[in-house]
Amino acid sequence: MTTTATSEVISLRDITKAFPGVIANDHVSLDIVSGQVHCLLGENGAGKSTLISILAGMQQPDSGTVAFDGKVVDITSPKVAVDYGIGVVHQHSTLVPAFTVLENLMLGESSMLQNTKRAEQRLGELADLLGVEIDPHALASDLGLGQQQQVEIAKAMWKGSRLLVLDEPTSMLTPQAIEHLGESIARVKAQGLAVVLITHKLREAYAMGDCVTILRGGRNVGHIGVEQLAAYSEAEAQDAILAAMFGDDLAAVGDEASDLAGAAEATREVRAIDFDDRPVRLELRDVSSRGLGRDIEADGVTLTVHEGEILGIAGIDGHGQGALSEVVAGQRPVASGTVFFDGEDITKSGVRSRQQLGVRYVTDDRLHEGTVGSMSVALNLVIKRIGQRPFWKSGRIQPKAVDTEADRLIQEYGIRTPSPETRAGTLSGGNIQKILLARELTNGAKLVVVNKPTYGLDLKTVHLVREILIDFAARGGSVLLLSTDLDELIELSHRIEVISRGSLVGGVVNDGVGTAEKVGHYMTGAIEGTD
Amino acid sequence: MNETSTAQRFAQGFVRSVVPVLLALIVSGLIMLAIGSSPLEFFAGVWKYGITGTNWQRSLSLMAPLLIVAIGLIVAFRGQLWNLGYNGQYLLGAVTASGLGPILFDVLPAFLATIVIFVVAVLVGAVWSLIPAILKARYGTNEIITSLVMSFIAVGVVNLLIKGIFKDPAVSTPQTAVIGDDYLLPFIPGTEIHIGFVVAIALAIVAQYVLSRTSFGLRVDIFGASPKAARHVGLNSTWMVILLFALSSGLIALAGSVDILGQFAYQRADWDPRYGDAVMPLVFLARFRPVAAIPFVAFYAVLATGGTLASQQAGLNVDFLLVIVGLILLFMTITEYLGNRRQLGQSYLPAGLRRTVLQPFRKESERTSA
Repeated sequence: MTTTATSEVISLRDITKAFPGVIANDHVSLDIVSGQVHCLLGENGAGKSTLISILAGMQQPDSGTVAFDGKVVDITSPKVAVDYGIGVVHQHSTLVPAFTVLENLMLGESSMLQNTKRAEQRLGELADLLGVEIDPHALASDLGLGQQQQVEIAKAMWKGSRLLVLDEPTSMLTPQAIEHLGESIARVKAQGLAVVLITHKLREAYAMGDCVTILRGGRNVGHIGVEQLAAYSEAEAQDAILAAMFGDDLAAVGDEASDLAGAAEATREVRAIDFDDRPVRLELRDVSSRGLGRDIEADGVTLTVHEGEILGIAGIDGHGQGALSEVVAGQRPVASGTVFFDGEDITKSGVRSRQQLGVRYVTDDRLHEGTVGSMSVALNLVIKRIGQRPFWKSGRIQPKAVDTEADRLIQEYGIRTPSPETRAGTLSGGNIQKILLARELTNGAKLVVVNKPTYGLDLKTVHLVREILIDFAARGGSVLLLSTDLDELIELSHRIEVISRGSLVGGVVNDGVGTAEKVGHYMTGAIEGTD
Repeated sequence: MNETSTAQRFAQGFVRSVVPVLLALIVSGLIMLAIGSSPLEFFAGVWKYGITGTNWQRSLSLMAPLLIVAIGLIVAFRGQLWNLGYNGQYLLGAVTASGLGPILFDVLPAFLATIVIFVVAVLVGAVWSLIPAILKARYGTNEIITSLVMSFIAVGVVNLLIKGIFKDPAVSTPQTAVIGDDYLLPFIPGTEIHIGFVVAIALAIVAQYVLSRTSFGLRVDIFGASPKAARHVGLNSTWMVILLFALSSGLIALAGSVDILGQFAYQRADWDPRYGDAVMPLVFLARFRPVAAIPFVAFYAVLATGGTLASQQAGLNVDFLLVIVGLILLFMTITEYLGNRRQLGQSYLPAGLRRTVLQPFRKESERTSA
């Protein structure tokens, strides 16, 4: 340990937190030392978020203690956490879009009158510290994502933090913005603050972290100390972390483990295809959508997907991906432009006729849109074929036919469910995603739109889902893959288009190194306005 | 799902449905004691006037409109559409019967006139629901408010009709002409229960079948579970809202016309039995299942039939019946909350309260374990 006289240790001891059915944290102990970046690694569901929400005062541990330099403290509410100087930057933006940067930062102030002058001064200090320039009077909604995140960090450090927690800060950033973030973190560390960095990408942990703790199934399964990590070469560190992360599953996942854990730069894993040989399956000509909600609409989108092709759509979350996928699926009306499928104009046809043509859609909202949680797995598997033979005859449901189909799909896709009658909502996210894929890819699917297909899934299922999509394309199916995970896009896509504010701003053929940078360039250019 | 857990679920549903009713009866008894009436006398009166002798036949006659209103509410509630315009819809159906009845029975055979009245009542109810339904489907307006407001308007319109064109000129009070006994709905042979009761039971069974066994029922359930999922599987939500509202409102209007043709034979201005207010909690207790609603509606029909006289005898106002209904609603919410926490394996006490309550004990145990 490089503990100096002034450095402080925040120690978590035997933190246990159980929720109905799961133990999120099982006697987790770890020390966070000031002036160090402590990386917390683990898959989805490993208990990282629970541990953080306990530190942030949003959850109370069932047992266990948090202590600053040996003095036990009770973090009973988020306010107490802030008073202790614990600042958390959550994965998703918590800024109020209609407020200015300064107003957002002053939200936590408790004094009666706003002391704007002092706030501006504090922002100046923090901006210097982070090495960024932030216009205090810009609206939060006008900032790029990287800048928003810097404001979030400033907000977390507003009251003179002793600990800064960053929850998957890089998941939405371009490669360029990640570099900026790394510099800021280094500066914060130099100020003597403790930093906890949550990530599931190995290479970031190695690049930014001083020490690493790995969680699996709610337990602390491995810790690599400061000296140890410094002594390891990158490959050695990777092996050690992978072994801890996957445990016995490592053999099952095999060579994919390092890819899944984001150990190295992603590379394309689908076979190359010759676009000239392949007929165009889906074509959008200058399509704009018109929905009832307030989310961003597709705006003048022109694209083609060939037979057997996976076309990736990259972009920051909430930039019209939902609208684009719904327009193709037929769930959202087209305001202008034309949609062709196998050369046929399907602009006017609805979800059910497109479904029968072979246009399928795996939505990103698995729980509320893709499935009906209160209904059985079997019903959910045939829910898009309501009223059709053989499952319904003259309006009456045929339980036998439904069960046969359900059993077949459960077998084929390895859906782990106690029985076909189990309510879908009680299954894990991965199994729900398998229900969606099974339902959409069966019975004559030709084109499938998948929106964030692996978001929030455990690594084994991520692997499986990607295999299913690659397989589907290899058998001549077309895939329109919308994702915010650049690595995923690079692994799966033949071509990548970048979406920003509902429009496509540039396309890259994924045929070698440098794709990530090119895509990142389009994203930065479009979003930050600094082309 | 295996058999034991089906039985368990059934038992749990039964407990969750019956316990609130029992608690409501006990607490209402305590309230009666507190205001100086005798609960025993009241409940004995309910039994006496609601069941004994031929009184049970009066209770069953009352069940007819109550049950049809319940089915109407269930159809909308299954789709998570909160049609609270039931009072107005009921009165519109009633005034269709009491206003058109005296005219139609003069010109048409009784059977045909009855059918015409029922059809017109359903249509009137359905048309009246179009405004809240279209507002909901098109602009997402809260249907609770629009249907309630449309109900107020309907009550006013009905009173205007009874005081205006449908008024019986032969009497001075504003009421419609009395329909002759020969034209009213026939009794079930050997009883004085009109066949509206049979119609209601039949409707409940049909509704149960349609909602639980057909593709339409599944569509309603998907729509109710999540409008997003409904859009995802390609249902037309606009039509769904309009159709469910029309069915719901039409059924409730039918209840009104059945009640006039089966029971009252005429309608006075400012008369409003507010059946829906009483039936609504029962519908929740039945978990939106039409057949399951039958016993609850029967229970309330006895309570209402017997309770009207019994409350007078016990020195209570008739409105006390609604106090009991309100208590059922209250205890239902509490039972539901506790049941859910039990299912999740959580403490019955809210987190904050638990910490305060258990604080002294916890200190003790920590000290001993240390």
